[in-house]
Amino acid sequence: MEAVVFVFSLLDCCALIFLSVYFIITLSDLECDYINARSCCSKLNKWVIPELIGHTVVTVLMLVSLHWFIFLLNLPVATWNVYRFIMVPSGNMGVFDPTEIHNRGQLKSHMKEAMIKLGFHLLCFFMYLYSGSRCPG
Amino acid sequence: MSAPAGSPHPAASTRIPPKLGGAAVSGAAAGPGPAPHQQNGPAQNQMQVPPGYGLHPQNYNVPSGHYSQGPGKTTSLPLDSQSGGYYSGVYTIPTQNVVTPNTANQQSGAQQIYGRGPPAPHIVGSTPGYFQGAASSSSHLHTSASQPYSSFVNHYNSPAMYSANSPAVSQGFPSTCGHYAVSTVSNAAYPSVSYPSLPAGDPYGQQMFTSQNASTIRSVRENSFSGQNTAVSHPSPLPPPPSQQYHQQLSLSGYSPLSWSASGLPSTQDNLIRNHSGSLATANNNPNAVAESSSCPVMQTVQPPESSPVVSTVVSGASSARAPPTANHLVETVASVTQPSELLQQKGMQYGDYVNNQASSAPTPLSSTSDDEEEEEDEEAGVDSSSTTSSASPMPNSYDALEGGSYPDMLSSSASSPAPDPAPESDPAPAPVPAVPQPSKTTKPFGYGYPTLQPGYQNAAAPLSSGVQPSSPVYSGFQPYAQYPGMNQLSSSFGGLSLQSSAQPESLRPVNLTQERNILPMTPVWAPVPNLNLDLKKLNCSPDSFRCTLTNIPQSQVLLNKAKLPLGLLLHPFRDLTQLPVITSNTIVRCRSCRTYINPFVSFIDQRRWKCNLCYRVNDVPEEFMYNPLTRSYGEPHKRPEVQNSTVEFIASSDYMLRPPQPAVYLFVLDVSHNAVEAGYLTILCQSLSENLDKLPGDSRTRIGFVTFDSTIHFYNLQEGLSQPQMLIVSDIDDVFLPTPDSLLVNLYESKELIKDLLNALPNMFINTRETHSALGPALQAAFKLMSPTGGRVSVFQTQLPSLGAGLLQSREDPNQRSSTKVVQHLGPATDFYKKLALDCSGQQTAVDLFLLSSQYSDLASLACMSKYSAGCIYYYPSFHYTHNPSQAEKLQKDLKRYLTRKIGFEAVMRIRCTKGLSMHTFHGNFFVRSTDLLSLANINPDAGFAVQLSIEESLTDTSLVCFQTALLYTSSKGERRIRVHTLCLPVVSSLADVYAGVDVQAAICLLANMAVDRSISSSLSDARDALVNAVVDSLSAYGSTVLNVQHSALIAPTSLKLFPLYVLALLKQKAFRTGTSTRLDDRVYAMCQIKCQPLVHLMKMIHPNLYRIDRLTDEGAIHVNDRVVPQPPLQKLSAEKLTREGAFLMDCGSAFYIWVGKSCDNNFIEDVLGYPNFASIPQKMAHLPELDTLSSERARSFVTWLRDSRPLSPILHVVKDESPAKTEFFQHLIEDRTEAAFSYYEFLLHIQQQICK
Repeated sequence: MEAVVFVFSLLDCCALIFLSVYFIITLSDLECDYINARSCCSKLNKWVIPELIGHTVVTVLMLVSLHWFIFLLNLPVATWNVYRFIMVPSGNMGVFDPTEIHNRGQLKSHMKEAMIKLGFHLLCFFMYLYSGSRCPG
Repeated sequence: MSAPAGSPHPAASTRIPPKLGGAAVSGAAAGPGPAPHQQNGPAQNQMQVPPGYGLHPQNYNVPSGHYSQGPGKTTSLPLDSQSGGYYSGVYTIPTQNVVTPNTANQQSGAQQIYGRGPPAPHIVGSTPGYFQGAASSSSHLHTSASQPYSSFVNHYNSPAMYSANSPAVSQGFPSTCGHYAVSTVSNAAYPSVSYPSLPAGDPYGQQMFTSQNASTIRSVRENSFSGQNTAVSHPSPLPPPPSQQYHQQLSLSGYSPLSWSASGLPSTQDNLIRNHSGSLATANNNPNAVAESSSCPVMQTVQPPESSPVVSTVVSGASSARAPPTANHLVETVASVTQPSELLQQKGMQYGDYVNNQASSAPTPLSSTSDDEEEEEDEEAGVDSSSTTSSASPMPNSYDALEGGSYPDMLSSSASSPAPDPAPESDPAPAPVPAVPQPSKTTKPFGYGYPTLQPGYQNAAAPLSSGVQPSSPVYSGFQPYAQYPGMNQLSSSFGGLSLQSSAQPESLRPVNLTQERNILPMTPVWAPVPNLNLDLKKLNCSPDSFRCTLTNIPQSQVLLNKAKLPLGLLLHPFRDLTQLPVITSNTIVRCRSCRTYINPFVSFIDQRRWKCNLCYRVNDVPEEFMYNPLTRSYGEPHKRPEVQNSTVEFIASSDYMLRPPQPAVYLFVLDVSHNAVEAGYLTILCQSLSENLDKLPGDSRTRIGFVTFDSTIHFYNLQEGLSQPQMLIVSDIDDVFLPTPDSLLVNLYESKELIKDLLNALPNMFINTRETHSALGPALQAAFKLMSPTGGRVSVFQTQLPSLGAGLLQSREDPNQRSSTKVVQHLGPATDFYKKLALDCSGQQTAVDLFLLSSQYSDLASLACMSKYSAGCIYYYPSFHYTHNPSQAEKLQKDLKRYLTRKIGFEAVMRIRCTKGLSMHTFHGNFFVRSTDLLSLANINPDAGFAVQLSIEESLTDTSLVCFQTALLYTSSKGERRIRVHTLCLPVVSSLADVYAGVDVQAAICLLANMAVDRSISSSLSDARDALVNAVVDSLSAYGSTVLNVQHSALIAPTSLKLFPLYVLALLKQKAFRTGTSTRLDDRVYAMCQIKCQPLVHLMKMIHPNLYRIDRLTDEGAIHVNDRVVPQPPLQKLSAEKLTREGAFLMDCGSAFYIWVGKSCDNNFIEDVLGYPNFASIPQKMAHLPELDTLSSERARSFVTWLRDSRPLSPILHVVKDESPAKTEFFQHLIEDRTEAAFSYYEFLLHIQQQICK
C-alpha cells in the first residue's frame, strides 16, 4: 500500500516537474519576445487547474496516508495555488492575464514562482523516491 | 519662372515657389522659366535641377508620376532626345538661374515644384508608388504630395526629399555628385544655352519636357527618377529653354504634384502628373498651356502627348496648379517667409531624379546625378491632416517654408534674372541663400546655393554653400565632420556638467510651503528645460510630445529610491504637428543591434561610422546617408534631417509591412433600443456624420458600414446599385453570423448616395420601437467578424447596460455607497468578455471606440475594456438627452466633429527604447502590450496620451546622457506606411540635489495619477489615496533630510516641487479619487479612463483647472493670434477667497468652462459681455457668450475662443450665477478650499508636515 502511494506520488511529481519546466520555458519565450502575451497566457492558463489538482491530490493523499511531514511540507504550496486561483479578479482572463503580464514586473514574479516550484517539486521527487524505496515490499 | 506657372494652383504654387527657390540654388535657372514649366515641366525641371540635387526632388515627383507614364512617353516621344538636351539645358539653366537669381529661387524652384505635387503624390504614392521602388517612389510621391514642393526645391535644399530620393540616390549618389558637379559645371558651361532658353521664357515648354521626361523616365525604369531625368534630358533639344524649364518645371512639378493628387490614381497619376503639367495644362489649363506654349513651343508639343493621358486624372489638379502660377509666385514669397521659420521644411532632394537625368542625360552632361533624398516636412502632416484637419493649410506652410524661401528669390531672380541667369552661376549662392535660414547654416565655405533648404533644416543651411555645387562631388570632403563630433560628443560629455552651476539655483531654492500664501504662479507652468548644452537643447524633443518626470536622470536606482520620486515618461506621440520633417529614403538608418533609428544624439566617430546612443554599438553609415539632400552635399551625414531633428517621420518601405497597407474602414455600431431612441442621439450622430462624410480621413478605398442592435442585430446592405439601403435582421444572437459579408462594408464613394439615404432614414426608423433590451455583446461579435479581414475603427454607441446575449452585465452600483468614505467597489470589470473581445480586435487591427450616452448606471468599468485594450477611446455623456440636456447634446456634436475628422493611423505599433541600463516596466494608456516594449495600437489618434514607468537596472555612471526614443509605425489614412520617431535626451546626475532640481512636477503628477488608477483597481481606492499622500510626504521628507540637511520644523520644498502638494491635493479631490462626496460609479470610472489616456496638457487642466478673472480684461500683456488680440489675465488660485461678488470668473476645466458671475457684478460687464441688463435677468442655463459689439465682449470672446482652440475637444461653456444650484459644480473645483470631506490646502500642508515629523 505504502509503495502504491509513493509510486503514484512519484508519477504525479514528475508531471508537476514537467509542468514547471513548461511554465518556465513559456515565460522565458515571452520574455525573449518569441511569442506574444496573448498566446503565452492562453497556453499557461490551460495548465493552471491541472497543476492545482495534481498538487492538491498528492497533498490530500499524504494526509490520508498519514505522512504528516510530507503533508505539512506540501500544504503551503497547495494553499498558495488555491489562493492564487481564487483571487483572480473577475475581469481577468485567468491567473496569467495578457494585458497585465508586462506590468509591474508581473512577468518576473511569475518566473520566480515557477522556479521555486520547480525546486520544490524536485525536492519532493527525491523525497518520494527515498521514502518509497524504504517501504517494505 | 516655374513659380509663375505654378501659380495656377495656389497651394501648389506656393510650394513651388519655394522649390523654385530651391531650384535656384541648384539651378537658379528655374526661376526664369517657372511659369511655363509648372505643369508637367515642373517635375522634370525639378528633376533636372536636381542634376544637382534639385533634380532629385523632381525625381520624386516625377518618379511616381513618370513611372507609370514615363516609359511610354519616353520611348514614344522624341522628347527623350530633347529631354537630354533639356536636362543639360535645364541643369545648366538652373544653375544659371541660380546664379542669376542666385538666390533661393533656384533651389527652391526645383524642389518646390515637387511640393506642389504633394497632393497628387499621395495618390500616386499609394498606387503608383508601388511600381517602382514602391517605397521610395511612393514615398517620394507622398513626400511630394505633402511636401512635394519642398522636395523639389529642396532637392537642392535637400531637406525635403531625402528619403524619397534615396532610391535614386543610392545609385546616383556618387553619380549625382558628379552630376552636381556636372550640373554646376554644366551650368557654367551651358549657361549660355540655358540662358537662351530662359529668355525664351519657355519655362512652359520646358516644363512640358519635363513632364514628358518624367514619363520617359518612368519607362526607363524604376529609375523613374532617372527616367524622369531622362525625360528631362529629352528636353535637351530644348536646352535653352531648359533652364527656364527647370525653373518652370520646378514650379510645374509643384503643380504637377497637385495634379497627381488630384488624379489620385498612382500610375495614371504619374503620367498625369507629368502630363498634368502638360496635359493638365491642356485640359484645365489650356490657357496656361497656351501661355506656356506661347512661351515655349517645345513645351507645348510635349504636353499634348502626355497631357492627354494625364489630363484625365490630373486635370483638376493641373488646372489648379496652372492657375496658381501667378499665385505661386505670391505664394512663394509667402513660402519664403515661412521657410525661415520652418527649418524642417527643407525639401527632400531628389537625387534619384538626378541620377536618372544623368543616365538619360548622360549624353548630355547634366543627367548625371541620381540619388536624392527628399525630406519633407509636415506635409505629411498636412496631407494627413487633409484627412483630418485642414490638410491644405498645413501643407502650404511646409511647402511655403520650403519653397517659400527659395521661391521668392526665384521670383525676384527669375523676374530679373531670366537673361542674367547665365552670369549668375557663380553668384547664385549669395542671393538665394540669404533669404532666410541659410544664414545660420551657411557656415560652410562653399556655397550658398542650398540656402533654401537650410532654412528648414539648420543643417542644410550650412551645407548649402552655393559655391559648393561645383564641388558637390567633393562635398564628402567637407568639414562637417569636424563639427559633428564636436556637437554630439561634446555635448554629451558636457551634458551632465552644467547643471549644478546654472540650473539649480532657481529650481532648488527652498520654499517654505506653509508660509507661502500664493504658491500658484500667475502664468501657466511650463515644462522645465533639461540642463543640456545649447546645441542639444535646440535639438531636443518638444515637451509637448515627450516628457520625463525627472529631467535629470539619477545615476542609479539607489539614488532614485533616495529621491522618492516617480521616474517615467509621458508621451503624446501622434499629436497634431504643424511642422514635421518627412523623410523618404531607401534605407532607414538604424542601429544594427538595438534597431534604434538614427537621431540627433548619436555620435559620428568619423565619416563612415556612427555610434548608437542607446546601446553604444558602432554602426556603418550607409552610402546613401552620406549624401545630404538638403544641402546637396556629400559626406555630411550629420547634417541630414534625421540627425537634425528629434521628431521626424519616415516613409516606410515594404519591409515595414506585414501586409499591404489597409484602407480606412469605419464601422458604426448603434444602439437603437427604446432607451436610445428616447435619448435621441441618432439624430445628432447621423447629421454629424452626413456633414462630415467627405472629411472622413481616407483615400479612394475608404469603406464604411453600419450595424444597429436592440435585442436583435440589424445589418445594412449598401451595395452599389441598390435603389435603397437594405436592412437585414439577424435574431440569432447566440451564434451571430453575417448575412451578406461582402456588401455590409462598402466603398464610401461608390455608395455615397445609399449611405446618405440611410443616414437620413436612421433617426426615424426606430421611433416606435418598444424593444428595451440591448444585445451589445453579440453586436460586437458581429462587428469583429465584419472587420477582421481588414481592420479599422469600430465606433460603438451604447445607452444602457447590455442585457442580452454574451457580455450581459448586471447593475453593480449601490447608490447608497456613492459618498462612502470607505471602500469603493466595482472599479474593475465584471467579466472578461469585453477584454477578450478587445484583444481579438487588437489582433485583427481593429479598434473599438465607445460612446456611452446613458442616464443610468451602465457599468463603464466593464464596457471600457473594449476600448482600453484595443487602443480605442472612450467618450461618456452622463444624463444624455437631446432636448433635456442641450449642453451634452452640443458637446456630443462637437466631439463627433473632431472625432470624425481628426487624423487617424491604422495598424500601428509603438516601440519605446531607452539607453542601456534603463528599463520600462509599466505602461499606461489604451493599447495592448504585445511584448516587453512593443505596444500594439490598432488605431492611433492625435488625442491619445501614454505614460511609461521606468526603472534603472544598471548604474549609469559611465554615461552623461540618456536617451529615449519612441517609434510609432502606422498606416496613414492614405495608405502609406509611416514611422514617426521622437527622441528625447536627458542628462544623468549623481547628486540628489540635481535630481530634485530637475523635477517636472506636472509630469510627475500625471504619472502618479496613472499609478494611482492602477492601484485603485488592483487594490483599493483608499490604498491609492494613501499612496498619493505618501508620495508627497516621502519626497519632501527625503529632500529635507538629504539635501537641506537641516531638521526644519517648517515644511520646505525646492522650487521645482513647490506645486507638488497642491497638485496632489487636487488629485485627491478629483472625481476619480475623491471620497466622501457623492460620486456616481460611472463618473468615477470615466475620470479614471481619462487619466489613463489623456495627454499631459489636457490631463493637467482636468486635475488643476485654471481660474481667471474676466470682468476686467485688459490688453496688458495680450498676445496676438491671427489678427486677434487675446488678453492674458493672470491665473488665480482655486479658492473662494479669490472670488469677489463684484467680479466674474472663468474656470477652464479642460472639458468644460464655467463662468461664475458674482451677485454684485458690475452691470457694465453683464450688459456688455453677457447681453443682459442686470444680474437678475441672466438665465439659469446659459451656454454661449453673445456676440456683442463692445470692446469687453470682444476681449472675453477672443479669450474664450483662444482657450478653446488649444484643445481637441471643444469644451462646453456654462454660465453660473452665484446662488444658482449649478454653482456646486463650480465650487467643487475650488480645490484649495475645505470641503466636508476633505482638507483645505493649508490643512493638507499641516497634515503632511505632521506625517514628516513622525
